[in-house]
Amino acid sequence: MIAVRGLAHRYGTAEALRLPDWKVAQAERWLVLGPSGCGKTTLLHVLAGLVRPTEGKVEISGQEISSLSGKNLDRWRATTVGIVLQALHLVKHLSVRDNLRLAQYLAHVPQDDARIADTLGALGVGEKAARRPSELSQGEQQRVAIARAVLNRPKLLLADEPTANLDDQSALKVVDLLAGQAARHGATLVVATHDARVKGKFRERLEL
Amino acid sequence: MNLATLSASYLRARPLQTVLSLMLLALGVGTIVLLILVTSQLEERMHRDARGIDLVVGAKGSPMQLILSGIYHLDAPTGNIPLSTVGLLAKNRMIKRAIPLALGDSWKGYRIVGAPHDYPALYDAKPAAGRLWEKPMEAVLGAEVAARTGVPVGGTFVGAHGIGGEGQEHAEMPYTVVGVLQKTDSVLDRLVLTGIESVWQVHEEHQGPEDEADRKALEEAREVTVLLVQYASPLAAAMLPRQINSQSELQAASPAYETARLFRIVGVGVEALRAFAAVLILAAGLSVFIALYTALEERRYDLAVMRALGGSPGRLFGLLMTEGIVLAVLGAAIGLGVGHLLAAAMGAWLESQQQYPVSGLEWRQEELWVLAVALGVGLVAALLPAWRAYRTDVSSTLARG
Repeated sequence: MIAVRGLAHRYGTAEALRLPDWKVAQAERWLVLGPSGCGKTTLLHVLAGLVRPTEGKVEISGQEISSLSGKNLDRWRATTVGIVLQALHLVKHLSVRDNLRLAQYLAHVPQDDARIADTLGALGVGEKAARRPSELSQGEQQRVAIARAVLNRPKLLLADEPTANLDDQSALKVVDLLAGQAARHGATLVVATHDARVKGKFRERLEL
Repeated sequence: MNLATLSASYLRARPLQTVLSLMLLALGVGTIVLLILVTSQLEERMHRDARGIDLVVGAKGSPMQLILSGIYHLDAPTGNIPLSTVGLLAKNRMIKRAIPLALGDSWKGYRIVGAPHDYPALYDAKPAAGRLWEKPMEAVLGAEVAARTGVPVGGTFVGAHGIGGEGQEHAEMPYTVVGVLQKTDSVLDRLVLTGIESVWQVHEEHQGPEDEADRKALEEAREVTVLLVQYASPLAAAMLPRQINSQSELQAASPAYETARLFRIVGVGVEALRAFAAVLILAAGLSVFIALYTALEERRYDLAVMRALGGSPGRLFGLLMTEGIVLAVLGAAIGLGVGHLLAAAMGAWLESQQQYPVSGLEWRQEELWVLAVALGVGLVAALLPAWRAYRTDVSSTLARG
């Protein structure tokens, strides 16, 4: 599913960040561990095609992503990758439903309210579709962000520090939700974290 | 969800800035539209009213006053001229037609004009009801006069001395309405027409002649106010005014020249207003630019997330451009409405003042240009913010928070 070889990325004139070679099979669940600044976010952004690495090759589902042009890369990301960010970044003046419609619109897939209701329902926030994000609790917002990430049935689900601002109970619950959603869609899950509380959750671990 | 609804939701999310941009644009567009409507309608009407009149002859005074009183019935007349001079002029070979008008009285603010039948014929006005006047003290009402006073054919009324409507009434000499003219959209709509003899009679009665000798003296002293002249040949334009102006008691004024002069004088004010409106539209453009540009900072994450969700840079560019366009189109549409509404309100006020009417329901080609300019301003204002959105660096933005 994922094959990373000889990956290095340089920000400006800083020394290049070297990342280890890495292979991930379809539907596996991985933790990417390490302290802040070790390259976890960079690795996730490279996997999502948000940043083009200075060196190295990245193949996802047999697609060499550095060979995709800008527009095709956007299309590819829209339908292949789902991302959950540390700060959730829901669009605050749009309702939950419209936040999800936005994801469908940007991915050029038909806007399907039944699919949105189904996805929100699976995450236990089906009742909140008409609410603004600010009217939701932190935990509910997290679920909406996960719903947005899996809405377009991605093959690869990425989460960057999803537990950073949560208490112990919520932190473990979010990782369970991510794993559950990845399983529901048969997606490969990669969670980048430096959170010691969730270290034991998955068997597969990449230490940076 | 599409670019239009998405951009509308962003505009709604910052209502004050949106309303400010819309207001500035609407005021600018509205002002220009109002100017276009008023000046073009006034010019059209003034040209229509002066159609077929090459020269106005009257007593000495301001030539513009002569035109304003003789053709448009707006100003006070410059004075009267003896009937005998009219007879002389009418025989002049350079004159094809000369229509004498006797002014001086009014009814409820509408001027009573003593004239021959040539006068309504000049405007192709025919009676919509009744007939034209035949005998002294028969009157025909213009369409607006009839509509606003409600006096039907067969009704009577009493003229008042002076054109302000405040003068002493000629109660002993009532007029009988024998006809109402069709609406002509000309000055005739606001006039009461009668025979010249009626005007004379009213004023002679006033002075109360005692015997035959007095009557004769009065008849010799008969006057008219202005003479509307049609040239027989182009040559007359060069010769006739000079010839008339050389006579001590007469003056000749050319409507074409005087109205052009009037528009030049008014034009300075119109240009100043137009420049002011242009400044408003530019300010609106600046407001749109500032609103979009400052919002970019707080929307940085939204834009990055949209890219992360698979939105192309072109989509983000389109989103910001759409916001500019939506503002421009809405502002221009509101401005268009405001301009026409103001023109209608002004028209209603002017009509109540028995002044030149202006309609808010007419449409002018130039308004399309104003809309195009407003749209262009919105597009240009959105260009730089849209370009910045296009260049959003997703990875570094998201990595920051």
